[in-house]
Amino acid sequence: MKLPLALTAFVNPERNADRVVPPSGHTAWLTTFTAGAMTFLCVFALALALASGRLANRWSDALARTATIRLAAPPDQMQAQTDAVLALLATTPGVASARALTDDEQRALLEPWFGPDLPVEALPLPRLIELVEAEPGYDGEGLRQRLAAEAPGAVLDDHTRWRRPLAEAAGRLRLLGWLSIVLIGATMAAMITLAANASLAANAQVIRVLRLVGARDGYIARAFVRRFTLRALTGAAAGALAGLIGVALLPRADAAGGFLTGLGFTGWGWLLPLLLPPLAGAVAFAATHRAAHQKLKELP
Amino acid sequence: MISFENVAYNYGGGELLSEVSLRLAAGSFHFLTGPSGSGKTTFLKLAYAELMPTSGHVTLFDREVRTLTRDDIANSRRRIGVVHQDVQFLDHLPLTANVQLPLTVSGRAGDPRDLTDLLDWVGLGHLADARPPSLSGGERQRAALARAIIMGPDVVLADEPTGNVDWEMSLRLLKLLVELNRMGKTILVATHDLNLIRQAKSQVSARVLRISKRRIQLAGADL
Repeated sequence: MKLPLALTAFVNPERNADRVVPPSGHTAWLTTFTAGAMTFLCVFALALALASGRLANRWSDALARTATIRLAAPPDQMQAQTDAVLALLATTPGVASARALTDDEQRALLEPWFGPDLPVEALPLPRLIELVEAEPGYDGEGLRQRLAAEAPGAVLDDHTRWRRPLAEAAGRLRLLGWLSIVLIGATMAAMITLAANASLAANAQVIRVLRLVGARDGYIARAFVRRFTLRALTGAAAGALAGLIGVALLPRADAAGGFLTGLGFTGWGWLLPLLLPPLAGAVAFAATHRAAHQKLKELP
Repeated sequence: MISFENVAYNYGGGELLSEVSLRLAAGSFHFLTGPSGSGKTTFLKLAYAELMPTSGHVTLFDREVRTLTRDDIANSRRRIGVVHQDVQFLDHLPLTANVQLPLTVSGRAGDPRDLTDLLDWVGLGHLADARPPSLSGGERQRAALARAIIMGPDVVLADEPTGNVDWEMSLRLLKLLVELNRMGKTILVATHDLNLIRQAKSQVSARVLRISKRRIQLAGADL
């Protein structure tokens, strides 16, 4: 693949081209600091976006699983009402499948609280019926009314309903994370453009001398572009490293699945922040290239 | 080389140059004189396309300046050596790097021996590593002349090259310009120093032009 001319010239600079611009100035540390700070923030925005994505997926997956019907009935009517509820569910649109949990399954559910020797058969426990929702889902209110008519002791525990807004919120949070990354990138581009303009203005005399001795705009621009890009790369590398350390020091996700404790990277996600320094360099390259050529056109 | 055809230049506050027609032939030596503010520097800036004429045509190496792109102008300037009165350098670079600047920006590698010879020719060989701020006015002018000719330009334009130096140094600079002309270079020197012009006329066949009332005229025998 053929690289654009500006990029080729950046990779293969002319001898001494960088030296023609004075080496120091307040724009040097400003660019490096800006790139570092923005990349540091970007790492956290990335962690937020990825964590939100995981959360949204987890909650979305949960939506596709089960709802529970809790059936309380006198022991002698329990099996009849269970059969009635299952028959009702079999004819309910939006219900993919339904089954009653066995005694062993109910014992397993209660084991964490009551131990393994709980006599489930002897206790007046409600029967639990697990249903799997089809796509599109069932009409919850209609199902409740039919359950009330067929089995008055049946209660639909529609726990997926409160997960949906949470999954949506997590999705929005993920979107916000990516939007933040875009905004941070745009802000960095704006700041580097300002710094580049300031540097070009401060070096107007240098540029005038270079034009006088026959330097083309491309040559002059490259001297600035290369310098600003390298500064941004350096700052962004430091910012990404600091951000990664910061994320690594956050508490690990635990079984409780709290969102804040899950804020971080997993697996290949740890590699994503490594893309930020080259991305920052590309942003700086584009911003400085544009600023330099615009500024140079104003000069004779 | 460079020609002006009915050129006018307007700064916005009125016309500074008007109906200027002139041709700098290859190998010629011209002096341009006139009072301060008469338009000598403007004329030179038009000649190396730092300014564009308000009307008329300026032709650089057979091309009308208005048809030149910015890169074309840069390329043309590689064939024109310019020496300003208030000569500017890149102060963070040593003298050698400043003198080599035209080679550097055009991607050409100079021969170090040629550079040494050039610096010796302008009498600055011992200051090769000096920074421009440490140079005297005369040294800066000679360094500017070295920078102007390192590319072997076809034309050398000098704007008050002796403005900041004493008479002895003026004669030295003049001698360098005359030597360049003998090498075949086209020389145009803008100066208000009539003594310098008289001195030059004894060494070289030079035409003297005078800017008067916005127009350029051939100066008479009063010089």
